[in-house]
Amino acid sequence: MAKNRVSATVNGDAVEFLCETQQTLLDVLRDELRLTGTKEGCGTGDCGACSVTVDGRLMCSCLMLGVEAQGKSIKTIEGMANGEALHPLQRKFLEHAALQCGVCTPGMLIAARSLLERNPDPTEQEVRYGLAGNLCRCTGYHKIVEAVLDAAREMRGA
Amino acid sequence: MSTMVKYEEKPLKIVGTRPIRPDGVDKVTGRARFAADYSLPGQLIGKVLRSPHAHARIKSVDTTAAQSLPGVKAVVTRDDFADMPSEFAAAGELTINFRDVTRNMMAREKVLYDGHPVAAVAAISESIAREALKLIKVEYEVLPHVIDVVEAMKPDAPLLHEEQFTDGVTPKPDKPSNIAKRLVFARGDLEAGFKQADIVVEREFNTKPVHQGYIEPQACLASASEDGQVELWTGTQGHFVFRAQCAKVLQMDVGKLRVVPTELGGGFGGKNNIYTEPLAIALSRKSHRPVKMVMTREEVFRATGPTSGANVKVKIGCTKDGRIIAAEAELNFQAGAFAGSSVGMACPCTFTRYDIDNVKVVGHDVTVNRPKVAAYRAPGAPIIVFGVESVIDELAKTLGIDPIEFRLKNAAKEGTQTYYGPKLGPIGYIETLNKAKAHPHYSAPLGLNQGRGIATGFWFNIGMETSSRLNVNEDGTVTLIMGTVDVAGGSRASMAMMVAEELGIAYDRVRPVIGDTTTLGFNFITAGSRGTFAGGMAAVLSARQAIERLRQRVAQIREVALEDVLWKDGSAVPAPGSAKQFTPMSLVEIARMAGKTGGSISGQSEINAQGAGPGFCTHIVDVEVDKQTGAVKILRYTIVQDVGKAIHPAYVEGQMQGAAVQGIGWSLNEEYFYGADGVLQNPGFLDYRVPVASDVPYIDTVIVEVPNPNHPYGVRGCGEVSIIPPIAAISNAINNAMGVRLRSQPMSPPVVLKALGEAAGGKSKG
Ligand code: FES
Ligand code: FES
Repeated sequence: MAKNRVSATVNGDAVEFLCETQQTLLDVLRDELRLTGTKEGCGTGDCGACSVTVDGRLMCSCLMLGVEAQGKSIKTIEGMANGEALHPLQRKFLEHAALQCGVCTPGMLIAARSLLERNPDPTEQEVRYGLAGNLCRCTGYHKIVEAVLDAAREMRGA
Repeated sequence: MSTMVKYEEKPLKIVGTRPIRPDGVDKVTGRARFAADYSLPGQLIGKVLRSPHAHARIKSVDTTAAQSLPGVKAVVTRDDFADMPSEFAAAGELTINFRDVTRNMMAREKVLYDGHPVAAVAAISESIAREALKLIKVEYEVLPHVIDVVEAMKPDAPLLHEEQFTDGVTPKPDKPSNIAKRLVFARGDLEAGFKQADIVVEREFNTKPVHQGYIEPQACLASASEDGQVELWTGTQGHFVFRAQCAKVLQMDVGKLRVVPTELGGGFGGKNNIYTEPLAIALSRKSHRPVKMVMTREEVFRATGPTSGANVKVKIGCTKDGRIIAAEAELNFQAGAFAGSSVGMACPCTFTRYDIDNVKVVGHDVTVNRPKVAAYRAPGAPIIVFGVESVIDELAKTLGIDPIEFRLKNAAKEGTQTYYGPKLGPIGYIETLNKAKAHPHYSAPLGLNQGRGIATGFWFNIGMETSSRLNVNEDGTVTLIMGTVDVAGGSRASMAMMVAEELGIAYDRVRPVIGDTTTLGFNFITAGSRGTFAGGMAAVLSARQAIERLRQRVAQIREVALEDVLWKDGSAVPAPGSAKQFTPMSLVEIARMAGKTGGSISGQSEINAQGAGPGFCTHIVDVEVDKQTGAVKILRYTIVQDVGKAIHPAYVEGQMQGAAVQGIGWSLNEEYFYGADGVLQNPGFLDYRVPVASDVPYIDTVIVEVPNPNHPYGVRGCGEVSIIPPIAAISNAINNAMGVRLRSQPMSPPVVLKALGEAAGGKSKG
C-alpha cells in the first residue's frame, strides 16, 4: 500500500512520518511515532480516550487522518508535564485520586486543560459538560470533577 | 489448609491515610503501559473473522485465498485447535468448562452468536490482515436462533446445544434443553410461612444484559519460540488463570508459558476470561513471529461477555407490623452461548440481607444466542436485588412503614442463619441502615416530580490462593512482589501501606510490583473484591516473615537470643525487661550488612486465604422525572457501606463511587439492541450509552468500618457491593416521585414516558 509522507510538529518537535491514507492520527501517534500515551477506547469519536490538541483545538485523534496532520502542531499527554514539574491538572488528579485504571486519564487531562484554557473559572456543571465527551468507567467522575475544579483554582491563583 | 489472620486493633500510622498511588505518575504522564502499548520487533498484527449470524452450522471454512495474499503469515481456524472434553475450572466468580472455552475462542461445529470467531489471521500490517479476512470463505447453514431468556426456556425453542440436558433435575430429562442447570436453595417451610403472612406481594422483573464497559478493549501480544516457550503480554485480572487456560486449550506445559500482566484499563469482571490470547499464541507459533491482537470496540460489544439479562420473579410475605415471614424467588438468567451465568452467585444474594425463616430460591442458567456472559462486579446480584428491593419497598409503602425502618425490622446481623449455608459473622448491615437514616440526605426536602429511593446490597467477597514475596534491598528499601493484579482500585498502594505499617517504615520505601507468572506461585484471579483482602493478607505475612528474619539476623550480630530482639518502628530493639540489652539496629543498617551476615533477606507467603468478610451497603438516591421526556435525572446520591477497614479511604471511596455510577448507567441507559436477525445493532459507545460526567452528581460516601475478624487489618473487600442497589433504589425513587413502579431495566426515557402515560390513563399500580 502506498504511503504518504507527512511533516508535523508533535509536542514541539518537528517530526516526519509515513502513513497509509486510511490511518488515523491516533494510529500514527501510537504505531508510527510510538507515542502510546494517547489511548484508543472506541475509534469512533465516542470515548475521548484519544484526545489531543491540533493547533490548540481539542480533537479526537481517532477522527482525524494522519495525512491531515500535515503542517499542524499536535500536543499529546507526553508533552503535558514541563520536565520534572507536572502540570497542575496532573498533580491534582494524583492528589484527589481522580484516576483508577488510568486508561481514560490522558484524554481526560488533555480535555480538562483545553476546558480550563477556554474557561479558567468553571462551575461544577461546566466541568461536567466540558468533560462529557470523555468516558471514565472507573471513577464515577466525582474525584475527576473535584480535581479539575481544584486545579482551576490553583491555576487562577485563587 | 486455609489461612486466616486474626484482626488486631492497634495504633496505625500509615493505614487509613491517603498517599499517592505508586502507579499514579505513570498514568498521568502517558507512560503507563497497557497491553495495546506493547510492541515487539518483527511483530505481526492479528485479526479475527467473526460470524455474521446468531446461529448457524459451519459447513466449511476455506482460507486458501487469504493464505496466499502477500503479507499474510499465518491463518488459524478450528482445525488448529484440539477439541476439549467437558472439564470444569474456576475462573473468577464464575465457573468455566474447557469444552466451551475452546469453542468460544474459535467456533467448531456451529457459530452461536453474532461475533463468534471463525478464523484468525496474522499479517505484516493491519490493513493486510483486514484484507485477508475478506478472502476467507465460510459456508454457513443458518439456523433459527433465540435471544430472549423466557423464549429460550420454552420446550420448542431453537436449541443451542444438542447434548445439553438440564442439570439439577431428577430424573434426568430425556430431551435436551437450553436450560443448562436448575439450582435450588431453600430453608424452612415456605408454604406455612406464606400462610402466616398478612400481606403477600408477588412481582415479575425483566433486565437486559449490560456490558462492563471497560474503556480499554482487550489486547495481547504473544511470542512463541521454536523450543515451545511462549511469552504473552495481556490485560488481565488474573495472569495465572490466563496461563492455565491458554496452556490447557493449546495443550502445552504450564511452565513453558510466561504471562506478563500489563497495566489494566478496567475489567470489572470482564477480563477474567481468555479471548484472543490463544489465537495470538497459535498464530505466533505458526508464523514464528510475535503477534499482536487488539480488539475494536465493536468486537468488544459483539463478542466479549456482558452480564446476564434476566427474568426474575419475587414473592415476599410479611406480617402487619412488617416482619418478613416467607420469601421466594425464581431467577432465569441468560448465560449467553455457553452455560455458566452468575445465577449461582445471584441465588444466595437474593435475600441475604434479611433474617427470614422460610426461603426458597430457584435459579435457571439458560443458553441463548448471545455472547457468553462474563462476571460483572458482584455478578448477578444487582439483577435479583432490583426485584427484591422493589418488592420490599412496595411492602413498606403498603404498610406505611418507613423503608429503612422496615429493613431494620428484618435486618441480618451476626449469627443470622443464611439459607445458603453459613451463619453470618460480624457484619455492618444494621450500621449502614442506621447511618443512612441519620444522614441529612434522608430528611432533605424534595421538590415537584422528585422522589427518594433506598435500596441495600450484600456481597460475599472471596479469598483464595495468593502468594507474595518481599525483598529487603541492600539499602533498606523494600520490593513487594504480588501475584494479584491491581485491577485499578489501587491495591498496589494499599498493600504497600500495610507492608510499610508492619515494617514500621515510610510508605515510599516500599515499591509494590505485580510479578509475572514466573516470579511467584499460583495466584487466583482478582475478583470477588479479594485483591486487598487476600493479597493484603499475603503481603502482611510476607512482611512478618521478613521481620522474623531481620530479628534473627540481629540476634546473630548482637549475639543475643531471638526473644531478646523486638521489632519496633522500623528497627530491631532490645525486648523490654530482657537482660540482654544492645544498641538497636534500623532496617537500613541490617540491610546494608546483610551480604556479610548471611545474604539477602526476604519474606514470602503462599496462602489460600479464607474468611473474607461479607460487605453490606445502603444507598439513598433522589431523582427528578421530566414528565415531558421521561428522562430521569439523578439529583443526589449517598452511599453508606461497611468496608471492614479502609486501608486507603480515597481509593475505597473511588470504588464505591465507580460502582454506583455503573449501577446508574445500568438503571437508566444501558442495553443491547438485537435485530430480528439476532445481530447486535448497537456495538459502540454512541448507542450503548454509559454515563458521562454530566449525567451524574457528586456521589457522597459514608464509610462504615466493622472490622473483618479474619484479616490483620480488618479488610472486607469493597469493590463490588455498591453496584448492587442502584437499579432498585432508582426505581423506588421514581415510584416515590411519580407513583409509577417500573419493573424492567433500563428505565430509559421512552419506558418512563410510557409508564407515566399508562398511569395517567388509570392503569397505575404499585
Ligand atoms: S478512541 Fe477516539 S474517541 Fe474513542
Ligand atoms: S480511570 Fe479507568 S476509565 Fe477512567
